[in-house]
Amino acid sequence: MSTVDDAVEQGVAVSRPPRLLARMMRQRQAKVGMVLTLAVLLVALAGPLLLPWLTGHTSTEFTGRPFTDTGMFGTDNLGRDVLSRFLDGGLRLIIYAALATALGMVVGVAVGMTAAYSRGRVDALIMRGNDVLLALPQLVFALLAITVLGPQGWVLVVVIGITHAPRIARVTRSATASVITEDYIRASEMYAVPRYKILLTEVLPNITGPLMVELGLRMTYSIGFVAALSFLGLGMQPPTADWGLMINESRIALVVQPWGVLLPVAAIAVLTVGTNLLTDSLARASANMNAGN
Amino acid sequence: MSTNIIETEVTTGALCATDLRVETDAGVEILHGISFTLQPGRILALVGESGSGKTTAGLACMGHFRQGLAKGTGTVSLGDGGARNILDLPDHQLRRLRGKTISYVPQDPALSLNPSMRIGEQIAETLRVHQIGATDSARRLRVAEVLAEVGLSNDRAYQRRYPHQLSGGQQQRVGIAMAFACRPSVIVLDEPTTGLDVTTQAVVLQTIDELAERHQVAGLYITHDLAVVAQIADEVAVMLEGDIVEHGATDQVLYSPRHAYTRRLLAAVPDLAGKRRVGLVEAITGEQPLVVPGPHGVPDTTGAISQVDDAKLLSGTGPRATPAAADPQPLMRVRDLSLSYGEHKVLDGIGFQLLEGESMMLLGESGSGKTTLSRCVAGLNDEYTGSIELFGKELATGTRARSSEDRRRIQYVFQSPFSSLNPRRTIAESVGVPLQMSGISDKRKRRALVLEALDQVKLGERFMERRPGDLSGGERQRAAIARALVNAPSLLVCDEITSALDVSVQASILDLLRTLQTDHNMSMLFVTHNIALARHISQRLAVLQMGKIVDIGTTDDVLDNPQHRYTQELLANVPTFK
Amino acid sequence: MDRSYQVITRMIAKRLLVSLIILFIVSLLVFVATLLLPGDPAQAILGQQATPERLAALREQMNLNDPVFVRYFTWLGGLFTGNLGYSAATGGPVTALLADRIQSSLVLMGLAALISIPVGIIVGTFSALKRGRAFDNATTGVSLVLASLPEFVIGIGLVALFSTSVFKILPSVTMAPPGEAVWNYPVQLVLPTITLALVVTPYIVRMMRATMLEVLDSGFVEMARLKGVPERQVVLRHAVPHALAPVAQVIAIQLAWMAGGVVVIEFLFRYPGIGQALVDAVANRDVQVVQALSILIAAAYIVVNLLADLVGIFTNPKLRTEKAA
Repeated sequence: MSTVDDAVEQGVAVSRPPRLLARMMRQRQAKVGMVLTLAVLLVALAGPLLLPWLTGHTSTEFTGRPFTDTGMFGTDNLGRDVLSRFLDGGLRLIIYAALATALGMVVGVAVGMTAAYSRGRVDALIMRGNDVLLALPQLVFALLAITVLGPQGWVLVVVIGITHAPRIARVTRSATASVITEDYIRASEMYAVPRYKILLTEVLPNITGPLMVELGLRMTYSIGFVAALSFLGLGMQPPTADWGLMINESRIALVVQPWGVLLPVAAIAVLTVGTNLLTDSLARASANMNAGN
Repeated sequence: MSTNIIETEVTTGALCATDLRVETDAGVEILHGISFTLQPGRILALVGESGSGKTTAGLACMGHFRQGLAKGTGTVSLGDGGARNILDLPDHQLRRLRGKTISYVPQDPALSLNPSMRIGEQIAETLRVHQIGATDSARRLRVAEVLAEVGLSNDRAYQRRYPHQLSGGQQQRVGIAMAFACRPSVIVLDEPTTGLDVTTQAVVLQTIDELAERHQVAGLYITHDLAVVAQIADEVAVMLEGDIVEHGATDQVLYSPRHAYTRRLLAAVPDLAGKRRVGLVEAITGEQPLVVPGPHGVPDTTGAISQVDDAKLLSGTGPRATPAAADPQPLMRVRDLSLSYGEHKVLDGIGFQLLEGESMMLLGESGSGKTTLSRCVAGLNDEYTGSIELFGKELATGTRARSSEDRRRIQYVFQSPFSSLNPRRTIAESVGVPLQMSGISDKRKRRALVLEALDQVKLGERFMERRPGDLSGGERQRAAIARALVNAPSLLVCDEITSALDVSVQASILDLLRTLQTDHNMSMLFVTHNIALARHISQRLAVLQMGKIVDIGTTDDVLDNPQHRYTQELLANVPTFK
Repeated sequence: MDRSYQVITRMIAKRLLVSLIILFIVSLLVFVATLLLPGDPAQAILGQQATPERLAALREQMNLNDPVFVRYFTWLGGLFTGNLGYSAATGGPVTALLADRIQSSLVLMGLAALISIPVGIIVGTFSALKRGRAFDNATTGVSLVLASLPEFVIGIGLVALFSTSVFKILPSVTMAPPGEAVWNYPVQLVLPTITLALVVTPYIVRMMRATMLEVLDSGFVEMARLKGVPERQVVLRHAVPHALAPVAQVIAIQLAWMAGGVVVIEFLFRYPGIGQALVDAVANRDVQVVQALSILIAAAYIVVNLLADLVGIFTNPKLRTEKAA
């Protein structure tokens, strides 16, 4: 009996998300997406550890003359081993993207839920503020911040997170707005359940579907975004090994040494396609679930 | 599945459906081979509760199957001599029949009219695609003609209106005009009056009846409302889970039903006169003016109704009979309750009182302010002026401002059970919330109380860990009632709680409420638009129109001797059968 | 009738005012951001070897000695008169630096929009009409993959395919001599335009498909079919017009996105537009140029959104016929 009582107490713990994930993974495209994502994650995570065994080089070490075929994929224009740089170049990108996404989600969800739940003037004020932030395209906003603060890791994370936030807030607000018109929210109001508790136990579990879709989408964008900034030479700085930066450095020599570009491009493509396939199947699962209710 | 194939002359029908079967894409059969014949100038009502397949059958007659359904089998043939089976026709031939020979009136005109097309143009489009009328001006004349037929104004300006510029009733009449525009021989009407108030419903029904008669159209009228059937249909076919279980002339089916399901369905229909039993409990009729039953269900016939106050509060209606006895205490007194949004007065000086153990119906159409009033009482709306007293003590306006004890005493049940329970929480969690908020922190004790409440609404322990998604509409509403009961309230406010439910489920809920009310001597405010429920649920009746109480008194008094014109009109338009 | 025009006029005026306020706040934001920049702008322009006299003269010229709010309004005024300040990198006026580049970028974006809007709408509509069939599945798959890929990945893929390894038929970089217009070298425009179009189109396709599916399932489309309206007419008269208004919003967002997204593509193809200028300016910390371009892009975004709102207002009969309050 006590297990049942615990379940009764922990309203959030026994809510639906596991079912949503199960429905999502039943789709073939989710399985494909999972395989693609995990493959790249594996390379990015295990790559730095495997460096000494696989290549015998560190990623910034000069191995000799440029473009020679000493390693499996040759060297770049400065004579660094391409495979070593590739193996070492994914982790930072993924961590930055994940941190930026997490920051954006936390801020965006909090702001969006608050706006929808308080309605009236607070809502209007928050959403107009949102409009201002939305008027600058994300990349321009990021470039402005980098001009002022310089191309540092935390600047990338914060600026990408902050520019995601208003977009996430919009989605959260509209999802919340449709939930708070439901009578079970009014019922909780009637029983004078504290407002924060209504948001956490009544609203949040019912908007996990759209929020997880948003999470996936923003993660995909963040990866592309961090990589793009490095590609522009405004993200990670040399001599760091990084996929975006590698593409920038090697693209002039695309004809002579295609691996320096193709390896990181392929990795980024596989990763973003993988995460987006997962996101899309999650969206379908979530839509079906709502239709089923 | 064998079904009762009715012995009708197959050859003379305007439309003849035989052995109609429809499956879902997944292969589940939802229509099990039904047959019926439509006669010119006569209307066949296809009656059933939700999920009976009545709409699917109606659309199948037009060769249309909704998303998720596979194309049906069987034959649907028109009585124009040709032996064509509509279900086998290629798309382009089917298209020529639809709208011209067999037309359709949808359930919800607000969704079925194209919002960005002028209504005259929408009717003219039907004429144009079927090449009726040689020129645009000829077609315009026909449009004007059919608009006049359905009782709408037909001048140029009216034809240039968009659907959103019309009321619900007008929109539905445009839908009917469109259906009759090509002078079809068969017309399928899919619950065309659902969502309309009784007065508008009466007008729409009359229009349909007249037009079908005048143009000798065969009608298939799909509905769940048996009272409407009595008014409009010549024949009735009762559907249950994809089968026609009974088919015959309207009088025969309604007044001497043969099938057990028909009898059950009829028994569940509330009637204004209160002669029939709805569910297990006797209706509250004139012969039985009980208010508070004594210990063993013996009615206390002292007539404990508080007319004196009502009379004072209600200028214009004279004092009614029998003064109040002193015995039951006034539970709640509402005085001069008003609420307005800007210029719009939603509630305008409402006053009434409610005794302990008394049940009062608050009757009104949409927009009358009835839901707002009930929410003010429950504290869900705190923007009102005036006062609400409970046991002689004035209540704070909003629930958050009220004391825990006041919140416990007044409980509110929402209209839609599909919205009032959090889909992510178990029934036990949802029902336990009021206990948690009134400070019962012992889990075991809470669980026991929740179980007790669930037992009272006949749900029981096996529902504790289920979620709303696993429950039927009726079960959900019971769970919602359990949540209101769990704290033993003094007053239960029920806002249209049966309007989203089928009649048989409605009957069981009414039954439950009556039992609870008498068992616990609980007061009840029953808010509804359905006057037919009055004698089944309430001792007193207040009629609300545009934010004002226009009639109030004992249910019998108001129904038998309505004072206000509005009440009289309502009573005149309620579709009833014996 | 004139009452409804009044309502519309008032609504448009309100949107316009809101847009202006947003633009004003954005300009404030951009200006304040650059105030945070460490160091002396005049020094940055002239370099470490500059004599104190020249520094003082430039400071005077750039109004650096004025109080902050005076500088803000001078700058704001400059936005309207075309005086956008001086580039730290070249020392020349920003306006002269950007004039040609704005033109080049507009050509690129215009061409991409001309391709992606009709293609997106048509492909999305067909995809919805053929729901669940091969064409729909292929479209959905391709647009999902394209929508996932960052713009530079698509661009490099095209370069690898068409100008280096596989087919060597298109130039991978733009090399118009300085001062000559980009459209004099149409072959060089092909890859950047296709890349930009490939980035934008999938979003329009997906939105158009989703909206069309919703509209095709709606009551009035079912009613039109049950009236016997031919399928072609059902789609063109009843369904598509209803799908266009929400899609216009997405198109607006995509057009606005182009103003930012074009940056990466221009950088990749060395296209002489504002994007390339922006990247160079950021790399050189050329504040005045960054400021000017940020404001310009924000203004473009706001104007495009305003246009989308207007499409929404004019296609909604409810707003057109609303009685003046």
